[in-house]
Amino acid sequence: MKPAKFDYYDPTTLDEALSLLAQFGDRARPLAGGQSLVPLMNFRLIRPAHLIDLNGVAGLSYLKIDDGALRLGATTRQRELERSADVAKRWPLLRDAAGFIGHVQIRNRGTIGGSLAHAFPSAELPVAMVSLDASLTLRSKTNQRTARAEEFFLSYMTTMLQPDELLTEISVPALPAQSGWSYHEVSRRHGDFALAGAASLIALDANGAIQHARLTLTGATPIRSQDTEEFLLGERPSETLFRDAARRATENLEQDSDIHASAEYRREVCAVLARRALMRAAQRSAEQMKGTTQ
Amino acid sequence: MTTRPVRLTVNGREYTGQVEPRKLLTDFLRDDLGLTGTHVGCEQGVCGACTISLNGELVRSCLLFAVQANGAELKTVEGIAPSATELHPLQEKFWQLHGLQCGFCTPGILLTAEALLKEIPNPSETEIREWLSGNLCRCTGYQNIVAAIQEAAKAMNNAKS
Repeated sequence: MKPAKFDYYDPTTLDEALSLLAQFGDRARPLAGGQSLVPLMNFRLIRPAHLIDLNGVAGLSYLKIDDGALRLGATTRQRELERSADVAKRWPLLRDAAGFIGHVQIRNRGTIGGSLAHAFPSAELPVAMVSLDASLTLRSKTNQRTARAEEFFLSYMTTMLQPDELLTEISVPALPAQSGWSYHEVSRRHGDFALAGAASLIALDANGAIQHARLTLTGATPIRSQDTEEFLLGERPSETLFRDAARRATENLEQDSDIHASAEYRREVCAVLARRALMRAAQRSAEQMKGTTQ
Repeated sequence: MTTRPVRLTVNGREYTGQVEPRKLLTDFLRDDLGLTGTHVGCEQGVCGACTISLNGELVRSCLLFAVQANGAELKTVEGIAPSATELHPLQEKFWQLHGLQCGFCTPGILLTAEALLKEIPNPSETEIREWLSGNLCRCTGYQNIVAAIQEAAKAMNNAKS
């Protein structure tokens, strides 16, 4: 239960960190919060030859609002999402999703970028970022590109990131006016990995019809149900509507079986959570219209 | 074997050491500095026995390398009592109300409870239980731990007013 030997680097600039990654490629691992990487190293499930600590890199940890969009430096701690008044007011889905991550001791150290780059199935931030149409900045020594959250996650713990690339920034656009939100998940114990989860955003128009809808479910990668979202547009919220929508979103939903739960169970729970998340998001949107929400 | 120098402050006292980069902060505290109050449970961030405060934030010391704490200010369970002859109100109430049995989880729980009361001086039972969710106790069933934290909060708030 102790990590294998590695060489340790603590760059202070992004250029330095990217040069080290360019030099060592897949024999190196970037270390952000370490809340997933270090357990894997302690178990010796992975043995990177070179560990590049990003915690001392200047300018990678920030939470700011720019032109209406939320910009998050990759090494910003998850706890900041819970502490920020701006996030609570304008992107409450992120605050609620972050609250489900592990425990306070984990969120104090775990980073936003680390969670996205690790891409653990059922992790909260990937699901939330897909719902929020976030875009991600990926940088290498020689290149910079932008990816939509939806295309970033490829498979189990696999993303678009190349071995010489770092995720440096996450940008979350402003939500449509009067958006309601909801994040639901089921886990064995508080703070455990989720067995199933659902994120939803709903915005109603002046007539009470749905004009913006997002529904994302947990799976090997976040599963956005675009077909369901389109089905909801223009409709008026009701228990029946959301029950139908949840069924539509989950009838062919790809889920896996493992020692914790069967695929059937996960599909069933996803359907219940999807219905509840849509219901709650629509209620919150209606409350915002009435100006009664806090 | 390449080692690196580490200089840090624990409970107000400065320490230096020379470590292999792979040495966990928990092991550095216990084996190199002799501060064995911080316990080692699961070494995968689940049990919370190794919880300490790093630059004022509650963290798992088993998920940090000692080199990463270079220059940091740490607080461990050895540092929560006001003096060698007095107990912290939390320690006092854990003792009075049987907030521990075997005591293995207690150092981590005291650190968590201390941080909780700093952030929320009057926590509800739900808030206490939520904060405690990151610290496993296999003896008490948590009932007396929750009671001890509630009583300590009262005592600390009374002392303030």
